[in-house]
Amino acid sequence: MKTIFRGKKITGILGVLPQNEVRFEDEVHNYNFPEKQTLRLKKVMGYEKHRVVKHTTSSSDLCVAGLNYMLDKDLVKKDEIGAVVVVTTTPDHFIPHVSNIIQGECGLDNHVICTDVSQGCAAFLHGLMQAFMLLEHLEDKKVVVFTVDTLSKKVSKKDRNSYPLIGDAAGITIVENDSSSKDICFNLYNDGSRREALIIPAGGSRLACSVDTALMEDVDNDGNLRSLDNLKMDGSEVFSFVQTEVPPLIEETLEFSGQNKEDIEWYLFHQPNKFMLKKLAEKLEIPYEKMPMNIVENFGNPSGASIPINIVHNLGKKLLDNTYNCCLSAFGSGLTWGAMTIELGGMDFCEMLISDC
Amino acid sequence: MDKIYELLLEIRPEYDFKVNNGIIEEGVLDSFDLISLVTMVEEQFDIFIDALDIIPENFSSIEAIANVIRKNGGEI
Repeated sequence: MKTIFRGKKITGILGVLPQNEVRFEDEVHNYNFPEKQTLRLKKVMGYEKHRVVKHTTSSSDLCVAGLNYMLDKDLVKKDEIGAVVVVTTTPDHFIPHVSNIIQGECGLDNHVICTDVSQGCAAFLHGLMQAFMLLEHLEDKKVVVFTVDTLSKKVSKKDRNSYPLIGDAAGITIVENDSSSKDICFNLYNDGSRREALIIPAGGSRLACSVDTALMEDVDNDGNLRSLDNLKMDGSEVFSFVQTEVPPLIEETLEFSGQNKEDIEWYLFHQPNKFMLKKLAEKLEIPYEKMPMNIVENFGNPSGASIPINIVHNLGKKLLDNTYNCCLSAFGSGLTWGAMTIELGGMDFCEMLISDC
Repeated sequence: MDKIYELLLEIRPEYDFKVNNGIIEEGVLDSFDLISLVTMVEEQFDIFIDALDIIPENFSSIEAIANVIRKNGGEI
């Protein structure tokens, strides 16, 4: 889908990170590989440290902590909120929905629309798309978009290909109508025929969790132990998908918006790992300085929350008094890939909260 | 060629890469070793390897690696 959203603006972003920070060196012994071989990946992939929630923390806990912080600080008022959109692959439960949990825990009005969307790495684009469409019917109310994942609970700690890069986090984004805003050019693709490149085989209606699905095995004979309850990522397939699909996507989106690569001041992309982002920058001939790729080394890959965490970490308070011409892009499970051009800035707030969740 | 051999040995010192032409297929190097190898080759030969060339076939033997280096502007 290629479309233009008009008169919509992001007016605030809060990144929410769990307090618990784990260093890559401290986990090397978990993996079934020689330490030297594993440590070589530190520089290449950007493995340094990552944030992981406590065993008792759910996705909604990060969201509730963040929204309560925003309400306490008057960054948003309860009566301003028209809708809560939650995008996650790690809901607290199948029933009830995370958006309803947030609405109940934070004491929001019963008129507030609550909706959950299941999306992974492309969560931010999907969440914004829902917000832009809802705002057509919400006049002066605001939409609060929560992009949150606690994938550390679904990734095997014995899987060197996935666990070191996982980061738990939430992004909370306020979106509202603003007739003076520049057009947002939006472009989204899906290919369900390649859906198994990123999959959690068990736990849904296809295959319920059981003693059998919890068995840890080296299924691919590659030294990584995981069960059917865990996330499985086909690294080669995902790399090839990103490098094949994303460059033409960006070119097409920029052409659709009538802009050149040089017109964009910041390329704020999903953060899979440093290697993949460097290769994308090279292919697109975008200077590394315009495409931040430091999220994995600081927090891990926050999945659906990666773009808001990227924005807050790398631009933060600059977005209060400045405006930047930006290109956002996200790609991952589904397979899904999308991009949008948007002017970011003049925000009411753009900050990080370290939660004790 | 010796440089490529040395890089491979740095990743897997226990393996005889000179007599093997199926480095990836036989599971000697996994996809993460491949990424390490690409980075080391780029540094050693001062080149950028096109992302679309980073596929197992192009790194399955010393000769294949030499070809991908040449294709991306490196001198062997």
